[in-house]
Amino acid sequence: MEKAEQVALYRAMLRIRRVEEVLAARYAEQEMRCPMHLCIGQEAIAVGVCGALNPHDVVFGTHRSHGHYLAKGGDLNAMVAELYGRSTGCCGGRGGSMHLIDLHAGFMGATPIVGGTVPLAVGAAWAAQLKGESRVSVVFFGDACFEEGVIHESLNFAALHRLPVVFVCENNEFSVYTRLTERQPDRPIYRVAEAHGLTACSGDGNDVEEVLSLARKAVNHARSGQGPQFIELRTYRWREHCGPNFDDDLNYRSKPEIESGLKNCPIQNFESRLAQQAMWTSSLREQCESEIAAEIEAAFVFARMSPQPSPQEAEGRLYA
Amino acid sequence: MPEMKRQKITFAQAVREGIDQAMTRDPSVVVIGQGVSDSKAIFNTTAQLRDMHGARRVFDMPLSENGMTGVCIGAALSGLRPVMVHQRIDFVLLAMDQLVNNAAKWYYMFDGKASVPMVVRLIVGRGWGQGPQHSQSLQAMFAHIPGLKVVMPTMAHDAKGMLIAAIEDNNPVVFIEHRWLYHISDVVPEEYYRVPLGRAHLRHQGDAVTVAAFSYMTIEALIAAKALLATMGVAVDVLDMRTVRPLDVDSVLTSVRKTGRLLVADTGFRTGSVAGELISHVAEQAFDALRTRPLRIASPDHPVPSSPFMAEGYYPGAQAIAERVLDLVGAKKEGSGYRALCEQVAPKGAHDKPNLAFTGPF
Repeated sequence: MEKAEQVALYRAMLRIRRVEEVLAARYAEQEMRCPMHLCIGQEAIAVGVCGALNPHDVVFGTHRSHGHYLAKGGDLNAMVAELYGRSTGCCGGRGGSMHLIDLHAGFMGATPIVGGTVPLAVGAAWAAQLKGESRVSVVFFGDACFEEGVIHESLNFAALHRLPVVFVCENNEFSVYTRLTERQPDRPIYRVAEAHGLTACSGDGNDVEEVLSLARKAVNHARSGQGPQFIELRTYRWREHCGPNFDDDLNYRSKPEIESGLKNCPIQNFESRLAQQAMWTSSLREQCESEIAAEIEAAFVFARMSPQPSPQEAEGRLYA
Repeated sequence: MPEMKRQKITFAQAVREGIDQAMTRDPSVVVIGQGVSDSKAIFNTTAQLRDMHGARRVFDMPLSENGMTGVCIGAALSGLRPVMVHQRIDFVLLAMDQLVNNAAKWYYMFDGKASVPMVVRLIVGRGWGQGPQHSQSLQAMFAHIPGLKVVMPTMAHDAKGMLIAAIEDNNPVVFIEHRWLYHISDVVPEEYYRVPLGRAHLRHQGDAVTVAAFSYMTIEALIAAKALLATMGVAVDVLDMRTVRPLDVDSVLTSVRKTGRLLVADTGFRTGSVAGELISHVAEQAFDALRTRPLRIASPDHPVPSSPFMAEGYYPGAQAIAERVLDLVGAKKEGSGYRALCEQVAPKGAHDKPNLAFTGPF
């Protein structure tokens, strides 16, 4: 892999991490008044998968989609402004953290009903196929989504028509606070997708290069007419299901488990690897950090200076 | 404007013609639903469409109502105009998440950045022992949802024109077809035309009572209106409401300000009905114009049983409408006029068959 590409991956992960850390730090100010599901610890999946896409490829997300949105090129100012409920937000204040969109970046929309956007990505792929466009659509979802009927309906139709869609399962083992073993039998998720007729694989979702490599293969296959692809990526959610904090006090997972999860940091792992390859200097990291910090600072200034929408606007834009 | 060529065709043929012409005019229109390309062709409303427009635009589909609704939403967000068909309205309950949470809200929650131009055709399957899960008329459930449009035309002319308007609309439109209308003929222009959504149509005029009717109940209301005039000299307005959301309250208010009396005839269950909603609007906005209490006629608050013996009398029709009109005007139910009225509005034929030619099986 080229050095510039590796630095770009590192920088993209670090940017998502730092954005969410600032969100978490400022959440207690009670100016961002919406539920917020942070993806800290899971950045490699968003960055690796979106790294394999063209600008005109489209992505659908979930309730936990800050990372997907930013990795696909979604506008940071518009996202932060949305969290602050401002008119300049990507949804004009109608959506909050759980509804993100940036059509210019190919980010088609994120919504918080589990499984809700999965068939939409299939529909986008169906439209691309019917119109003869080479666009690939990608949908991110969690392990609990695999328990929803709609994903199996979507996999079936995608396989039936060999649609150019890539399903990305972020398996962080938890649905809110309920562990995977309490929800699904002991069998790999991706093998069920395979049984639906998809090409499926699994990998380490905390290794950004592995994610990128699996995603590239899947996206190329989908684009070249080889049918829908499924990637299951193992990862770990660092913070509480919803909100800015760590949640050790809730006791649904053990301290050693949390510690081992936090040790397996996708950003630090990648940085260590870069250092081993003698590709890394502390000045490169400092440069990334300072650029990102300046961008984030500007985004928060933009958001907080932006106008507040009025209650009179709430009834508008119901019908196109 | 040149005069349109006219033809007499059935409601089912008008639906088919509307889709066919919309597909010819706009290559982004696609049709999908279980059975759209089989030999029964959804009561012949999709007959020959695949032959004419190709298998890439007319799809049979897996029996995945929710997933496929989502697929259509995703396609609609990506430049297609899907027309989805379910053989019974009861089946779309499986798709309520996609319809209510995604289709209805996408334009609003994403601040107008993208809309969902799709039509969901739903068929009310009354009669022939269809029973509790194949015969419901659930328009009120959809009408409750901001962001959806809900239409239910009565006449073939409107079926074609409103279906074309629904396909051209940039919002999700729930298009409800009562199968007891399918065989009824009407004069329908051969050309491509639109009938705007959201406007009621006055089909019979009078100053005694306003009868606002939905879908098939308009047919029953017209039978009652003609008989009332001929036998008792009672003249009523019959408004074919045509759309459930947005509800054309203004047309009803105009009529009620003339008649002072309101009867609403609905095909749905009584509790939480659109009829109740319409009465609320009139009570709120024109209470002083009402000379007596408004009434509604709807299906009883229990499912329809399958047995033809047990289902007898379940559906109110022209008889009930005529009786309630007489109640509202305070007419005496006696004499030769009343006897003639009773004869004219009495149910004709078997109560469980939409028409004489019907022999089942579904």
